[in-house]
Amino acid sequence: MPTPMKYIDEFRDPQLARKMLEEIGRKATRHWTIMEICGGQTHSIIRNGIDQLLPDTITLVHGPGCPVCVTPLESLERALALAGREEVIFTSFGDMLRVPGNARDLFMVRSAGGDVRIVFSPLDALQIARDNPAKEVVFFAVGFETTAPANAMAVYQAAREGIENFSVLVSQVMVPPAMRVILSSPGNTVQGFLAAGHVCAVMGYAEYEPVALEFGVPIVVTGFEPVDLLAGILKTVELLEEGKAEVANCYGRVVSREGNLFAQEIVKKVFEVNDRQWRGIGLIPRSGLGLREEFARFDAETKFHVTNIIAEESPLCMSGTVLQGLMKPDGCPAFAKECTPQHPLGATMVSSEGACAAYYKYHHHIL
Amino acid sequence: MTIVPLCPLPIMQHETVQMAHGAGGQLSQSLMQRVFMPNLHNNFLDLLDDQAKLDLPPGRTAFTTDTYVVSPLFFPGGNIGELAVNGTVNDLAVGGARPLYLSAGFVLEEGLPLVELETIVKSMAEAARRAGVMIVTGDTKVVGKGQCDRIFINTSGIGCLREGVNLSCRNLKPGDAIILSGTVGDHGMAIMTSREGLSFQSQITSDCAALNSMIGAILDEEPLEIHAMRDPTRGGVAATLNELAQSSSVGIEINEATIPVKPDVRGACELLGIDPLHVANEGKVVVVVAQDKAGEVLDVLRSFDPGRDAVIIGSVVGDHPGMVVMRTLYGSRRIIDLPIGEQLPRIC
Amino acid sequence: MCLAIPGRLLERAVENGLNMGTIDVNGSKTRACLEYVPDIKVGQYTIVHAGFALKIIDEEEAAESLKLWQELIESGAFDSDEELPSPESL
Repeated sequence: MPTPMKYIDEFRDPQLARKMLEEIGRKATRHWTIMEICGGQTHSIIRNGIDQLLPDTITLVHGPGCPVCVTPLESLERALALAGREEVIFTSFGDMLRVPGNARDLFMVRSAGGDVRIVFSPLDALQIARDNPAKEVVFFAVGFETTAPANAMAVYQAAREGIENFSVLVSQVMVPPAMRVILSSPGNTVQGFLAAGHVCAVMGYAEYEPVALEFGVPIVVTGFEPVDLLAGILKTVELLEEGKAEVANCYGRVVSREGNLFAQEIVKKVFEVNDRQWRGIGLIPRSGLGLREEFARFDAETKFHVTNIIAEESPLCMSGTVLQGLMKPDGCPAFAKECTPQHPLGATMVSSEGACAAYYKYHHHIL
Repeated sequence: MTIVPLCPLPIMQHETVQMAHGAGGQLSQSLMQRVFMPNLHNNFLDLLDDQAKLDLPPGRTAFTTDTYVVSPLFFPGGNIGELAVNGTVNDLAVGGARPLYLSAGFVLEEGLPLVELETIVKSMAEAARRAGVMIVTGDTKVVGKGQCDRIFINTSGIGCLREGVNLSCRNLKPGDAIILSGTVGDHGMAIMTSREGLSFQSQITSDCAALNSMIGAILDEEPLEIHAMRDPTRGGVAATLNELAQSSSVGIEINEATIPVKPDVRGACELLGIDPLHVANEGKVVVVVAQDKAGEVLDVLRSFDPGRDAVIIGSVVGDHPGMVVMRTLYGSRRIIDLPIGEQLPRIC
Repeated sequence: MCLAIPGRLLERAVENGLNMGTIDVNGSKTRACLEYVPDIKVGQYTIVHAGFALKIIDEEEAAESLKLWQELIESGAFDSDEELPSPESL
């Protein structure tokens, strides 16, 4: 066995995972429905088959925490329009490239001659802008609270250095408003939440306390490795069994109650809260972030006048229902029929984190 | 004093590839004499005929072709030239052939530094020598700036098929063992982490290697009981296993705990959110062998450097025909699918 | 969302006025911005997302969680020899 990866392999220990599973089985005296908000957690659950191993008393539903999935069609169509422009180098995280717009994705724009580049960090996009002063570099700034500090720093730094050929197409969303939408839905079945560990690394978990109180649900901050996930599920079950609607932290090595204050400060300097469209779900008031007035010149949508581009989603796609945990992916009539990873109707079938893609990939043949 | 006007002579010494290098004239000749002949020369090529006239051993002949495009051209552990020789040698070897002769066709982009071309050709010569094959015919074309990405290489290969072996992707039988000759993902991650713009540094080295001696040795050991072989290049081990399962209409079960991955490859895969099973290899082979002969084959593989980490990763089953299923570290099962397209770094 | 991987800080540098660092992840190295973890020391582990270090990993907390969970196992409430669920039973 090679040297273990520190802070990863300890939390992938199959023995420990098995014990956790047994303990969950022992603690759960009745059926509970728990939602993992975060797409990264969905990915890990499905990839490791944790949902297959859980006792029948526990149902996991997959939440809307995948930025690739919830980025609205409108933003995507604007991205496609920008990426096709002669003067633009369009930069994006890798998995936005396959997300379908109405008729095209970013790969197709690239094959038609658009300069579309994958970056690992928003600062890489900024470097491309420094290196190409004659070009306009647009970065597709998608993400939840975890990615907001990175996206904010790129804009902040562009302003500080006066890099005026850089701009961002912002589709920045936040978890707590989405949780409220899910919990307020008349069809809601979710009784407890695993809160997204890396979102909480930035934001802390104090903001979940009022949600837990208001809706009477336990919320447990959880990491991403199998043992972390099972520890989070176990804690949620314990709280549910005890009837406690409180917030607990099972990801102490990465998450503190207050979060990362340095990151929050830059995010607040650059962005302000606004209303946001979520793909499949619709408009959620005060659920997103947009550039503040001082940074408005870095807004690609106004800079290139693409705000007039609007788009409508496929009526066949039920991704919104899936994202809110009201339906399992294979409950959708289009699942694995009109909608496959090769021909996705909605983004949940595209992103490797998307609940539908994860289901398609790991599940539907066996179950 | 009279001044005799002299017409300026054309420049004959260039540092980069010119359109004229592909035009069949003096510069084409100079490219042959300066770059190709000194490195690749052999009895066939030295004749400078338009074709190589070969005597093939009796029996059936295997014939294959592949075109190589890779960015960057030079990567840790190899370059496009080495890849072009080893890849075609391996395509012959996994079919049970002894590779003998290769052709090499070059498409060069105007402006390619000649020193780079020379390095690539030297590597091809060295790779051919190591694999025991000869490059017996070739061709060079030059295209304008922007019409190709610096250099594309096509190699075709001819080999003689061994007697008494019957290797086919349709030969898998329930009960067969699946052997993987070593760690997964080395080549693909070496390429990805050496690309500019992803702010990576790694010492990941491509596994690019010719496997014909190793494959020859296992076929000598078990000519009848090895049912199929494939080199898991593009699409990685996942794609290869799916192709095998589909062609033979059998299921394949593999065990996650047995899949060998080098530590730094694993680190890079974790960072980029990429499954090592989907990443390309250029010096690995998947061997499907009758279960009771798996131990012998494994021993032979491990006696060769490219096979030192060889392991049994799973077996062929009668259930779920056409599908590859992996038993995870936790005892659950997941489908190993064909990757959809190019591997993209995930961030979210 | 939010793939974030633990890695160890190898060295620091200032680039374009920003605190940056080289992070080792199991032998592969990546560059990350350290502006949000100004107190990080070389040798410490941090979580990296989108080229940014977001949190210094709390070593004591990590050990504490593992100890707590391990104790759960060693409390002897379960039979440790029981087989993993077999694929056939799924």
